[in-house]
Amino acid sequence: MLIGLLRTYLRPYKQPLLAVVALQLVATMASLYLPSLNAHIIDNGVITGDTGYILTTGAWMLLVTLVQIGCSASAVYFGARTAMAFGRDVRAGLFSRVGEFSAREMAHFGAPSLITRNTNDVQQVQMLVMMTCTMMVSAPIMCVGGIIMALRQDLGLSWLVVVSVPALVISVGSIVRRMVPQFRAMQTRLDGVNRVLREQLMGIRVMRAFVSEREETRRFGVANADLTATALRAGRLMVLIFPTVMLILNASSLAVLWFGAGRVDTGQMQIGSLTAFLMYLMQILMSVMMATFMAIMIPRAAVCAERIRDVLDTRSSVLPPIAAAADVPAVGEIEFTDVEMRYPGAATPVLREVSFRALPGQTTAVIGSTGAGKTTLVSLVPRLFDATGGAVLVDGVDVRDMEPEALWRRIGLVPQKAFLFTGTVASNLRYGDPDADDDALWEALDVAQARDFVEAMPGGLEAPITQGGSNLSGGQRQRLAIARALVRRPQIYLFDDSFSALDLATDARLRAALAPRTREATVVIVAQRVSTIADADQIIVLEDGLVAGKGTHDELLATCPTYQEIVESQLSLQEAA
Amino acid sequence: MSTPVTAAPARPVHAPPPRPAGGGPFGRGPMGGMGMPAEKAMTFKPSAKRLLRRLSPERGRVAAVLVLAVLSVSFAVAGPKLLGRATDIIFAGVLGRRLPAGITTQQAADAARAAGHGNIADLLLGSGVVPGKGIDFGALSTVLLWAVALYLAASVFSWLQGYLLNDVVQHTVLRLRSDVEDKLHRLPLRYFDRQPRGELLSRVTNDIDNVSQTLQQTMSQLLTSLLTVVGVLVMMVVISPLLAVVALVSIPLSVFVTTQIAKRSQKLFVAQWANTGKLNAHIEEAFTGHELVTVFGRQREVQQQFEARNEALYKASFGAQFVSGLIMPSMMFIGNLNYVLIAVVGGLRVATGSLSLGDVQAFIQYSRQFTQPLTQVASMANLLQSGVASAERVFQLLDAEEQEPDPAEPEFPTDRHGRVEFEHVSFRYEPDQPLIDDLSLVAEPGQTVAIVGPTGAGKTTLVNLVMRFYELDGGRITLDGVDITAMRREDLRSQIGMVLQDTWLFGGTIRDNIAYGSPDATEEQIHAAAEATFVDRFVRSLPDGYDTLINEEASNVSVGEKQLITIARAFLSEPSLLILDEATSSVDTRTELLVQRAMSALRADRTSFVIAHRLSTIRDADLILVMEAGRIVESGTHDELLDARGAYYRLYNTQFRGPVQNDADQEPAPAAR
Repeated sequence: MLIGLLRTYLRPYKQPLLAVVALQLVATMASLYLPSLNAHIIDNGVITGDTGYILTTGAWMLLVTLVQIGCSASAVYFGARTAMAFGRDVRAGLFSRVGEFSAREMAHFGAPSLITRNTNDVQQVQMLVMMTCTMMVSAPIMCVGGIIMALRQDLGLSWLVVVSVPALVISVGSIVRRMVPQFRAMQTRLDGVNRVLREQLMGIRVMRAFVSEREETRRFGVANADLTATALRAGRLMVLIFPTVMLILNASSLAVLWFGAGRVDTGQMQIGSLTAFLMYLMQILMSVMMATFMAIMIPRAAVCAERIRDVLDTRSSVLPPIAAAADVPAVGEIEFTDVEMRYPGAATPVLREVSFRALPGQTTAVIGSTGAGKTTLVSLVPRLFDATGGAVLVDGVDVRDMEPEALWRRIGLVPQKAFLFTGTVASNLRYGDPDADDDALWEALDVAQARDFVEAMPGGLEAPITQGGSNLSGGQRQRLAIARALVRRPQIYLFDDSFSALDLATDARLRAALAPRTREATVVIVAQRVSTIADADQIIVLEDGLVAGKGTHDELLATCPTYQEIVESQLSLQEAA
Repeated sequence: MSTPVTAAPARPVHAPPPRPAGGGPFGRGPMGGMGMPAEKAMTFKPSAKRLLRRLSPERGRVAAVLVLAVLSVSFAVAGPKLLGRATDIIFAGVLGRRLPAGITTQQAADAARAAGHGNIADLLLGSGVVPGKGIDFGALSTVLLWAVALYLAASVFSWLQGYLLNDVVQHTVLRLRSDVEDKLHRLPLRYFDRQPRGELLSRVTNDIDNVSQTLQQTMSQLLTSLLTVVGVLVMMVVISPLLAVVALVSIPLSVFVTTQIAKRSQKLFVAQWANTGKLNAHIEEAFTGHELVTVFGRQREVQQQFEARNEALYKASFGAQFVSGLIMPSMMFIGNLNYVLIAVVGGLRVATGSLSLGDVQAFIQYSRQFTQPLTQVASMANLLQSGVASAERVFQLLDAEEQEPDPAEPEFPTDRHGRVEFEHVSFRYEPDQPLIDDLSLVAEPGQTVAIVGPTGAGKTTLVNLVMRFYELDGGRITLDGVDITAMRREDLRSQIGMVLQDTWLFGGTIRDNIAYGSPDATEEQIHAAAEATFVDRFVRSLPDGYDTLINEEASNVSVGEKQLITIARAFLSEPSLLILDEATSSVDTRTELLVQRAMSALRADRTSFVIAHRLSTIRDADLILVMEAGRIVESGTHDELLDARGAYYRLYNTQFRGPVQNDADQEPAPAAR
């Protein structure tokens, strides 16, 4: 997964990546060259007392150092650019993929998860690329280079490399390997602590009302202790790494001195070579250690990459037609013929054998208990989902054969949850029609009974709307959402339980004002209450995904038992009063 | 020259081992060190001190950590000096072997001087050479064995220190978390009204998490780094003051370079995080409003905005990563510069005999150990700042004013009838906006008192006052003749059962949720409560029955069913006083009927306050209070009020003349008033 993602998205950056490798190669070689030069200073300068040699070699070392920093800095430049561009591209890829998603895929992943994948997950992988470019590339070069150089200094001591490198890899590796599951467990435990705190904040009144502070403290205490226990375990492993590494490095250096001394004494090795060998061994071990450390990052990045690929590999279940049907005049007629809708993995369809026609100038109401499939039914018209059986036709054309833009242009949707975008009142209303002038906006606000409060807001139409519309009350949000649909002047209005947050007087005024405005259009209203829809031209009663009745209020009262039940339940509510 | 490494392994500047925990939507990720959102503590020092003070319960262990750290660093720092001795012995052996045996060192030096090699003479005199003798392996092994012992001790002490410190940090964080949780229970509700929930949540989760990370990542390293700097400095001066001066030049240089880079990268990081935030906001909005974006055909615009922000983030983060990425090569450069200087100057000094080769080698090591902790401290500065900023936010929470403590000698009503009386009660959320003014009323035992009125009239406030969620500004409220402020809150509230507008269930089984507030309830009692409130019916149809887990999505339980569970909960707690804040906005009418029936069962023989949005539900109340703007404008029974043709009559007519609408206009949070 990780490799695949990297391969796909790093392909355009082959050249800078090659540059990174080349630059790191030069930089590493330069830093590997320094101990050799130092050995020369000792053997040819210090021992012979040749100060001139010391100075010229010193100057040469400085030059090498300059080359090294130049190359490292350039490698960082290309590395950072590539890694960040990689992140940008993956984000863009994800974002546009999600843009194509239908409501089904959105529901499958869930918006919060998609947001995390699009931001945090990408960042994890991006950092891995960055670290690889700046450090991980140089680790193997350093390791191999160090070994070659060390062997060039003295072959006789090479067995020290053979012993110390695996010792380091095995000891650090085994600690790191044990740490990974602890870290994973810690994440879960941390979620647990946060969940309890979250619940406490949300339910503070209930908590106090039920005098459950002590129980809550206990619940929290358990989660807290769990987290601490895991954190302690992870921490105890972590604190092992540093002393272990320190010990292995130091033990290796002592061994080099001891065994090296023997070889120096017998003249098999020069003293300068001894110290150079020591330094190379250290460089080798450091690079091995760094690589091991970086290895901790990989499992996490791999999980992120998997989550990213999951999204990228998901194709929308609602695709635009390959060859769109010719545009037909927009009238707004809706027809469902024997529609079935089944969510993936669900045992029973949410909708079955649903057939009806909704005509322009008429109001079609959909009623039924929660979970009867009302919202799903409405969602089929703008193709938020595609029916799994039968067909949905708008103006006589199957919606699946229609140019999506043409379809959407016909529809004004007011969803159950009145969602507003960050911006201003005007920018939200112009979601309906970017070209609408202020008069048109005010007109829509008038109908939606929103003029008063918009006028009272500082800036009027230009008043800011915070994210999700959180600076407005539920009723105000709902009225703006209705106005937004009105600005669009569509042929089809879909109101999905859109009047629930309005007080009675406002609701009555709004619907009175709405009537003339929607006279020519097809209106579909989803509602809970009989009284809302009693005067609709056509009422569709849904029960467990089936059409249990279809007709006017009076017809249904006479013929449809489900409708009678609903009416009775509402009457008895009134009766109970 | 040799460089056994004794200081911390060169940690990449911004790659601490992967953060074990990722709080918050943007976790810190492996950006760790340098990549923090630039939040600066307003008062760094006091907060940092306070954070350190929180370690005080672990005093003993902290002292042990300090002692162990000093020991481990001292041993580690002494190491190179010993290795230097070893090199000297080898070097002396090499020189000695070249000289003929039987002469003294002085003779050899004189001979060299006579031959015109003055500096070799000095070298010989300076290095303890015995002419004709090779390497003294006996001496070498002694030195190396000492070094083994020293390094072993350093590692063991370092491990013990880390182990203890880990315990100290984890326990400190554990205490901090539970202190915060305790505090939540002592804060007045007013506090929660003022604080946006997301913000508060972030304090108790993300900020504490950040503090924990910071303590963990910095404490150990900071301690070792600082001690190492001191120790190394001492050793360097001891070996050669001249070389120490040469090496010390690198300190201001590295500090200067690091601060210059950090200053710039800090700004760029701010830009990076600001852009991240902007992009995050855009993505969140686009995904949350996905169906609207689709149906309103705005995908293209949304995509364009995304691309602009994505590009801005790319530019900002590239800048930040590049500039901060320069720290490592720069420090490496300074380190190498230092290395070259010491090699050259040291080589010259050895050649003139004023310094031993081993000392120069030791010196090179020391100078490496010197620049490295400096780099680490520099890279930790940001992390530390951000951690202290978080600590400060947590401390603010801990310092927030608490609710009045319960009376020392609490009273308790002798008879539990459930008679509630308001005597000239005045209350306001905001000092300048009186909400309830001189309100008096009596709810006799067993009565149902309904409160109706428009949004914002103060209906919910009234019951909040009975629960003593808020303190009165004037007058008093009594329960069975006892002033509620004279009772312990716990005693007061345990007599009251409450069903709220929002159906709050916690993540646990249905059984646990019903038994919430009555932890001693038996299985039979739970079932009885569930049956009386129509919960039993649907629970039985669930595959796991009462063991069904309620999760945050709670897709297995509908809103109406949730509401029924909260009613069962109130039923089980057997209160003498009931408060029902109607919540049926998204419940279909057939479920609502059940809810209504369950609530009637609950109300029987109990004094109850019913807040009603819909008048149909309260027609048979014993007393109906019509509230407007914090005052009771009318009171009486349904029929009396209808006959009076006043506010209630008008309200009633709008509801029953027009369509029966689902009026779910919830009262806004008190803070918004």
